[in-house]
Amino acid sequence: MIQAPPLLQMRGIVKSFPGVKALRGVDLELHSGEVLALLGENGAGKSTLMRILGGAHKADAGSIRIDGREAPFNTPQDSRAAGVAVIYQEFNLVPGLTAVENIFLGRETTRGGLLDKHTERARARELFQRLGADLDLDAPCRCLTTAQQQLVEIAKALAFDARILVMDEPSAALTAHEVGRLFEIIRDLRSQGISIIYISHRLDEVFAMTDRVTVLRDGSNVGDRLTANITRAEMIQLMVGRELTDEFPQRSTIPGPARLEVSGLRRGRAVRDVSFTVGRGEILALTGLVGAGRTETLRLLFGADPREAGEIRLDGRLLNIGSPSDAIAAGIGLLTEDRKTQGLVLAHSVRENFALPNLERLSSQGFVRMRAEREEFARYVEQLKIKIPNQEQRAGNLSGGNQQKVVLAKWLARHCEILIFDEPTRGIDVGAKFEIYRLMNELVAAGKSIIMISSELPEVLGMADRILVMHEGRITGEIADPRSATQEQIMRLAIA
Amino acid sequence: MKPSRLFADYGMVLVLALLCALFSALTFSDQSPTGEAAAIQVAKMLGQGGSRPARVLIATRDQPDDVAYAAALQRLLSAAGSSAPSVSVVRGEPKDARETLQRLAASGERLDVVACTQATGAWLVFSNLQADFPSLGEPRFVSPRSYRWPNFLKSENLLNIANQIAVIAIVAIGVSMVIITGGIDLSVGSLLALSSVLSARLIRDYAGGIAASPAGMLLCCLVAIFACGAVGAFSGAMITRFSIPPFIVTLAMMLVGSGIAYILAKGQSIYQIPESFVWLGRGADFLNVPNAVFLMAVLYGLAHILMSRMKLGRHLYAVGGNSEAARLSGVPVRRVLMFAYIASASLAGLGGVIMASQLKSGSPTYGGMYELYVIAAVVVGGTSLAGGEGRMFGTLAGAFTIAVIQNGMNLTNVESYTQKVVLGLVILGAVLVDKARNTR
Repeated sequence: MIQAPPLLQMRGIVKSFPGVKALRGVDLELHSGEVLALLGENGAGKSTLMRILGGAHKADAGSIRIDGREAPFNTPQDSRAAGVAVIYQEFNLVPGLTAVENIFLGRETTRGGLLDKHTERARARELFQRLGADLDLDAPCRCLTTAQQQLVEIAKALAFDARILVMDEPSAALTAHEVGRLFEIIRDLRSQGISIIYISHRLDEVFAMTDRVTVLRDGSNVGDRLTANITRAEMIQLMVGRELTDEFPQRSTIPGPARLEVSGLRRGRAVRDVSFTVGRGEILALTGLVGAGRTETLRLLFGADPREAGEIRLDGRLLNIGSPSDAIAAGIGLLTEDRKTQGLVLAHSVRENFALPNLERLSSQGFVRMRAEREEFARYVEQLKIKIPNQEQRAGNLSGGNQQKVVLAKWLARHCEILIFDEPTRGIDVGAKFEIYRLMNELVAAGKSIIMISSELPEVLGMADRILVMHEGRITGEIADPRSATQEQIMRLAIA
Repeated sequence: MKPSRLFADYGMVLVLALLCALFSALTFSDQSPTGEAAAIQVAKMLGQGGSRPARVLIATRDQPDDVAYAAALQRLLSAAGSSAPSVSVVRGEPKDARETLQRLAASGERLDVVACTQATGAWLVFSNLQADFPSLGEPRFVSPRSYRWPNFLKSENLLNIANQIAVIAIVAIGVSMVIITGGIDLSVGSLLALSSVLSARLIRDYAGGIAASPAGMLLCCLVAIFACGAVGAFSGAMITRFSIPPFIVTLAMMLVGSGIAYILAKGQSIYQIPESFVWLGRGADFLNVPNAVFLMAVLYGLAHILMSRMKLGRHLYAVGGNSEAARLSGVPVRRVLMFAYIASASLAGLGGVIMASQLKSGSPTYGGMYELYVIAAVVVGGTSLAGGEGRMFGTLAGAFTIAVIQNGMNLTNVESYTQKVVLGLVILGAVLVDKARNTR
């Protein structure tokens, strides 16, 4: 039997950015009808490699062959012509245009010089049927949910008959239920002969979905195995280059009496009468599907949105929280779900970001005490092992894990008693995750209280002392002993 | 601070320096010292000549510069005390010089030195002195030496540039703050006009017109500035309370402000104000530096400290960089924005007062297109319209870049229509340079 050349063959891809060698001669092969997992810690070069495949970056060296023939990949148009569609983590949709308009953006169907909306619409509906999805074709994309926007991206790829579909962290912003839907779609696409490169930090998904894994570390290949022939531990070991005995660090703290008491929190349909307590040294997890009202609840607690009703007490004292500054003054800190749009001023230095909630303390008579600021930040950089070349580093240039540590340092320096972690490990690699978990344990050991929102059920089960499950703005269940609970148990409560 | 960092922050300064070098090279020409400077030079030359002269003739034309020269030289020579020479002065035409020479010759005196200016040194009457008036001896001719120096780099010209740009530069301080918060302020030009009209009218109607006292004028100006600040507060409130885009709010206030200025002035200039009112705009009390320039320098110093060293400055940057992240970090975003718009409007008010003082009148036509020049200065100075970054001294460099280009083109006789074209292209070029620098 003559072996056909692989559908896609990337050879010796090298790419440097100023100061960083992102890829040092990476190889990648993809066969027809295959789902390939591309694994690696953040900064390993996965996204760069995929950007080269998508024509967004130009490789410094190396070749890319499609069906054994070398093809140019200098522009997104080249990539599209070769049948490659890349769905980046940040979607490439124009928020104000509808699904149909986005799908045909740049390749509009026209008749007599005018847009042929009818044909476009029919074709779009057909595509969504093929995906088994039903969504409002006339709503602007900004009104669609993340999962729906993802579907639009997939439909866009199918619309020009892509044979290779790259998905960068497609499940990161989806709820467990939506991830299930996504898997069905991926299986479906594979059976239609479309090959998929799947990038994810969630190893469960890799095992559930993929045929083969290619692992990158520091811009080089470190492993290429069939998914069936590799264990979870081996995968992690390949990614981080060392053995991780446990994904979640051990903790011996026993939660104390209730410190924060929240009762009757209410705002519109998102949050309907939510009450809970958090104890000293406790990690309370708030989980549920996206849109269940978890983030919304904690935004009310933090004063980020105005609440319609509800009382918040800390150590028995009624707090009058009307704005984030009130909450911060009361000793509450929020590590937002989206570091890039809510947690950090990306264009500013890490030092300035660190100081932002601490300026009250770090200034006198309105003047910032620059020395104190630098020294204090230096202490936290050391304590949290934040990897930065210097304090003037732009926050936007850091990896997800380091960004999260800077945000954490912000709040630690405020000596917050209550810390809210909204999806603390989203988009963070395995090694940095472990460190964040370790820090959370240190915090509760020091008597702080943590409220954690997470969609990653293993994380919820592994880290929390107590779990509250939300559904449609209400708390629908409590799991007092996460150690003996299962993911299925949580899912049942979440779907309610 | 490391030099590389300095360059990254103030790269515009380099561009400005290059422009200055260019215009210096283009305006390199013969300079003849006049007035006091010339006198000092000539006095020095006389002092060096070994034997001190006993009798000096100063030949000048009847012109202010020459008169000043003669007076200063006389003073300098007589300062020598007992060995001071006796001096005669000619002031006028060559024939006056001939008459004086004849008189001196008639009285039988010898003449040691004839001190001329460059112009009088060329008078024919002196060309053959020994033949014409042998009794006068062999006087030495001394005139100020000419030297090569760029017109552009003369101190009067540099101060002139600074004085011309002072108003725009001061207004640009506030607009920089607004732009750093991610907003824009289009109303400053109109507020400048409003403030000039309001202060002039208050002085005319309530402070006694041309007989107004300094305190009265000061009060009127403060009221005008305060009124502009109130308009800024209104804009800020519209922006923060009702989330109307700053572009639209300040566009509206631009029309409103201009309209009120015309109403208050009844469409005309108001000039019934005291002569002493020009102190701020035309005076130069400190080291020959115009008062407006001095005020500008002080304000830039304060603004720089505010932006780089103070909590409020940090907050302004943070709000512009990411207002949601700032809010969730406890920054009082609304108050910070209010400050920016009030500061911008108040400084526009101050600019109006300075302009009224420079021109000794208030008029609703002042400040036309100024909002655009101010924004150009801010942008050329390296501040991003997206907000979150920018430096005060960058804005100052931007304002000076514009002023230097205008001044340099005036000196090199570029006509005003062409100047506009060049200025527009330079603004574009400056921003391109800035972009290239940032992506490097």
